[in-house]
Amino acid sequence: MNTTRRCFLKLASIAALGWGGVRPAAQVLASGGAAPSEGLLFASRHAVHAGPHALTAKRWAMVIDTRALTSEIIKDMVEVCHRIHNVPDIPTKQNIKWIWETHFENLFLDDVHEHLPADHPQIGVALCNHCDNPPCVRVCPTKATFQREDGIVMMDFHRCIGCRYCMAGCPYGSRSFNFMDPRPYIAKITPEFPTRTKGVVEKCEFCAERLAEGKLPACVEVSRGAVVFGDLADPESPVRKALASRYSIRRSPTLGTQPCVYYLV
Amino acid sequence: MYDKGKILTGLAVFVVFMTYPFWNNIGRAAYVKPELEKPRMAKECVENVEYMRAEHMAMLNEWRDEVVRNGMHEYHSSFTHQTYAKSLTKTCLKCHENKDKFCDKCHTSVAVSPYCWDCHVDPKGVKQ
Ligand code: HEC
Ligand code: HEC
Ligand code: HEC
Repeated sequence: MNTTRRCFLKLASIAALGWGGVRPAAQVLASGGAAPSEGLLFASRHAVHAGPHALTAKRWAMVIDTRALTSEIIKDMVEVCHRIHNVPDIPTKQNIKWIWETHFENLFLDDVHEHLPADHPQIGVALCNHCDNPPCVRVCPTKATFQREDGIVMMDFHRCIGCRYCMAGCPYGSRSFNFMDPRPYIAKITPEFPTRTKGVVEKCEFCAERLAEGKLPACVEVSRGAVVFGDLADPESPVRKALASRYSIRRSPTLGTQPCVYYLV
Repeated sequence: MYDKGKILTGLAVFVVFMTYPFWNNIGRAAYVKPELEKPRMAKECVENVEYMRAEHMAMLNEWRDEVVRNGMHEYHSSFTHQTYAKSLTKTCLKCHENKDKFCDKCHTSVAVSPYCWDCHVDPKGVKQ
């Protein structure tokens, strides 16, 4: 076929018309949560349609007072979290944890040195940081883990295929993999919250299911004031007041994940 | 036609095999809907019975996505004009207390086994 310039221009203009009707590529690849379809490649933020009783925020955050925490309080926090979420207790390295006690120097790799005052806290509590820039969400191939508009990094257990990319992505070790059926290792199953199965990854969800019912996260409730929870975008919220009152640090901030769990020191 | 005998025998065997499920079923009892245990504490389901019979699987999938991915926990029924929590354990099994004699009985008769209960909990079956 002999294409003339005139012919080519005609075709090109028709093609351009067609292209104009297509959604801009960036929008297709990473659509917002409010759009009916999800982005194809990049994680999108999911809007939250809260019911009338729900606690809501622009950006949920947690502030932990490392000086007020004791081993006893941490024990209570871990106990209540793991009980209501059916987290098993497996007596091997393949245990599952959503929140756990750990040494101060494991929490703050960059900030601890040998000349700290003798009375500095020796222990702290670790959980999912619900990062603003979560690497786990970026690497998840099925979008089983995703970020809500209020900042909570959620797990959709129904979609998890157990590839464990998220565990490789998370620099805080906040995620656990079910190497075996967890049910035999749950002392007493709480029927209201589903268990998990062999082959899925799990972690803390900032008690999204409790927030929907107007309740604070369970660990906050039993923390005897050592942990506060609230809206980072609201200057009057307990988290902003706590952050304004004392100096605070976050875990490995230089990694650029922007954790939303703060530690008062 | 060459090899007439072989071809016709082959065709006959093929037809017999293909239709085996049909003539094997001749004389068997037709499918009867199993006797299900009706909830004692309620007269109506969250939607009308025909709809539930036909659509509960799709409805549950929708509930799942709306709760987990969009944070919408409440279902407004245009049939009963009531609000329900979108939950397997906290809603369906509240009324249909006996999963064995309701969900499972029907599912067994139609040979489906939803994997939901690998994770979701039937309060009846929990070790206390
Ligand atoms: C791998 C474990 C797992 C399997 C399998 C599973 N679920 Fe879930 N499901 C969960 C968990 C965990 C939650 C709670 C999520 C949350 O609150 O963050 C949930 C929540 C839900 C909810 C909303 C809340 C509630 O209490 O019911 C629905 C509806 C639901 N799932 C439906 C289903 C259906 C239908 C199936 C089967 C087709 C299924 N799920 C299979 C783990 C599972
Ligand atoms: C308020 C109580 C109530 C709740 C909640 C409820 N059901 Fe029902 N359901 C009923 C009653 C009562 C019937 C029988 C209605 C009739 O026979 O007229 C029924 C009937 C059904 C049927 C049809 C059974 C048949 O005879 O063929 C199915 C399927 C069903 N329910 C599934 C579900 C599922 C799935 C859920 C959770 C989404 C659910 N139900 C929640 C009360 C309830
Ligand atoms: C009247 C019979 C009947 C009753 C009662 C019934 N189901 Fe079903 N259910 C079916 C049939 C038939 C299918 C398969 C539909 C298909 O494969 O398209 C099904 C499929 C499902 C699925 C999807 C399974 C899959 O593999 O995708 C779920 C989830 C489910 N049922 C939940 C329930 C629950 C929970 C109850 C009890 C509250 C219940 N069903 C009661 C007939 C019933």
